[in-house]
Amino acid sequence: MFAYLIRRLVYVLPVAIGVSIICFLLVHIAPGDPLTAIMPVDATQEEQAAMRSAYGLDKPLPVQYAIWIGKAVTGDLGKSIATGRPVAQEVFSAVKNSLLLAFTASVIAFPIGLLLGFIAGYYRDTIIDRLVTACAITGVSVPNYWLGIVFVIVFSVQLGWLPSMGAGPGGSGQWAWDYAHIRHLILPSVTLAVVPIGIVARTVRALVGDIFSMDFVQALYAKGMRHGDVLRHVIRNAAPTALSVMGLQLGYLLGGSILIETVFNWPGSGFLLSNAIFQRDLPLLQGTILVLALFFVSMNLIVDVAQAAIDPRIKRS
Amino acid sequence: MSVTPLVEFENLTVRFRGERTVHAINGLNLSLQPGEMLALLGESGSGKSVTLKTLLRLLPPRRSELEGGIRVNGTDVMSLSGQALANHRGGDVSMIFQEPALALDPVYTVGEQIAETVMRHKGVSRSAAMDVALDMLTRVRIPSPERRLKNYPHEMSGGMRQRAMIALALSCRPKLLLADEPTTALDATVQIQILLLLRELQQEFGMGVIFVTHDIGVAVEVSDRIAVMYAGNLVETGSTADVIKDPRHPYTKGLLAANLHGAVKGQRLDAIPGSPPALERAPDACSFAERCSHATDRCRSALPPVVNVSGQHQVTCVLEAENV
Repeated sequence: MFAYLIRRLVYVLPVAIGVSIICFLLVHIAPGDPLTAIMPVDATQEEQAAMRSAYGLDKPLPVQYAIWIGKAVTGDLGKSIATGRPVAQEVFSAVKNSLLLAFTASVIAFPIGLLLGFIAGYYRDTIIDRLVTACAITGVSVPNYWLGIVFVIVFSVQLGWLPSMGAGPGGSGQWAWDYAHIRHLILPSVTLAVVPIGIVARTVRALVGDIFSMDFVQALYAKGMRHGDVLRHVIRNAAPTALSVMGLQLGYLLGGSILIETVFNWPGSGFLLSNAIFQRDLPLLQGTILVLALFFVSMNLIVDVAQAAIDPRIKRS
Repeated sequence: MSVTPLVEFENLTVRFRGERTVHAINGLNLSLQPGEMLALLGESGSGKSVTLKTLLRLLPPRRSELEGGIRVNGTDVMSLSGQALANHRGGDVSMIFQEPALALDPVYTVGEQIAETVMRHKGVSRSAAMDVALDMLTRVRIPSPERRLKNYPHEMSGGMRQRAMIALALSCRPKLLLADEPTTALDATVQIQILLLLRELQQEFGMGVIFVTHDIGVAVEVSDRIAVMYAGNLVETGSTADVIKDPRHPYTKGLLAANLHGAVKGQRLDAIPGSPPALERAPDACSFAERCSHATDRCRSALPPVVNVSGQHQVTCVLEAENV
């Protein structure tokens, strides 16, 4: 198990380096000059060149990359062109908000998704199964930003129960675990939870349905196991796959949802990313993408290791 | 006979409902004495596995209709439900399956799987149950059983998995063991080992065994008695020697003729022409008549009679009735 962990950690290195190169290049491939956003329209050639060299944009790409990544490993992701604040600081506070939203959405989505999926798989091909499957497909198919807007209209505008904007009263202040702040969390996290509920429910349904039709389940009944014991066996068989699906979903959620965060003005990483794109804020964009990509890589690592820990078939290979 | 039979089927009928009804078993009568090893012989779809599964009531309850009587060791299996049924399964009667790779749970160790059965039926502690598991693995002659106890099914070879399955099935000392083609998925050499092991354990434990197979060679190898099934009913039963040396039913004769033993090189094997009937309707005539070269109008107009050839040797055929 320890050797497996080390091996997996070693595999992560080239992936992380590759990811950083792609992050860096993507931003350069994208059309548009970052300077046009901040320079006055009538700026002279000299002024532009001066600005360019100030941000190191006049150097060849590999050199730019080397400088960027060299600083990045020390935690310095440069300064935002738009605000002048350190990118690391901006990303850090945005990621914190996204994490809060992601974990809350997961806490809502995973138990519901697992339960619905298990029930549907257990009662496969019955009316219950069809009902759950229909709900799951609807959840996955309905655009969640649209649903977010509907929620805002219904619960904020019409009923006036919940706030629709920001992460706290008076805009995006410091987060606190009090009633006033939690009220702001409800709508975005519920909206964000809808898709993972659908995906987890559908995966678990297929999984549990398949496991129940396996020979060993009949063999368990044949040796006199009670219903609860059989359920225990089925859950243990379903756990590794269910876990990896949830891990991936958590990864997606942690990445922050640009659309949901924009709809609810939630000051998270997706919101930050969309601002960075619109303002052509190159350092901020690169930094945010890098942090999010590394998040994904580490999420996958954690899921793989957790899977190996509970599924005996993975350990050996 | 004075001994009460271990197993008694009385006019057993099994139907599966679905898009179309399947008449899987049609009025089967069969009994098994304690300590006897019976081979249930037949081709795919003849109802041999279904017959076996009725003894544990393993058929899906929503889709299957059972009629008739099933008694095991004096227990009316048909009336069992809930806790009593769970106690019956794996306690008095246990089963080994065709594919041990599929019948064992892949994410539990072999030791855990045996131990949980023992704990379930004997109510002993976990460590005591593990001791039983170790003892059983030793009895089925798995090398280094202490280590194998901690193995997962995928870490074992096919033959060893089947040995583990047998250890599991016998761990609660059942009076009746059901074996559903236990050697079909194995190599020929391993097959023989498993058959000999089963025979040996059967004698050691004094169990009754019902052994389902489509391989007449396997049936001859292990059984005291053979029951030949065709299209959901018995066509011939008798001691293994009687059935092999003196087969009376045309289907049994066909099966023996189609066997590789005694075949001459260069000659075609005598296969039985045609294929088994669809079981959409309950039979009102001999099911084998369509494929039988001796078939007469009587075969096609009414169910064939059960004829006593000698002692325990019975044949369900019109031809025999005419001979007597």
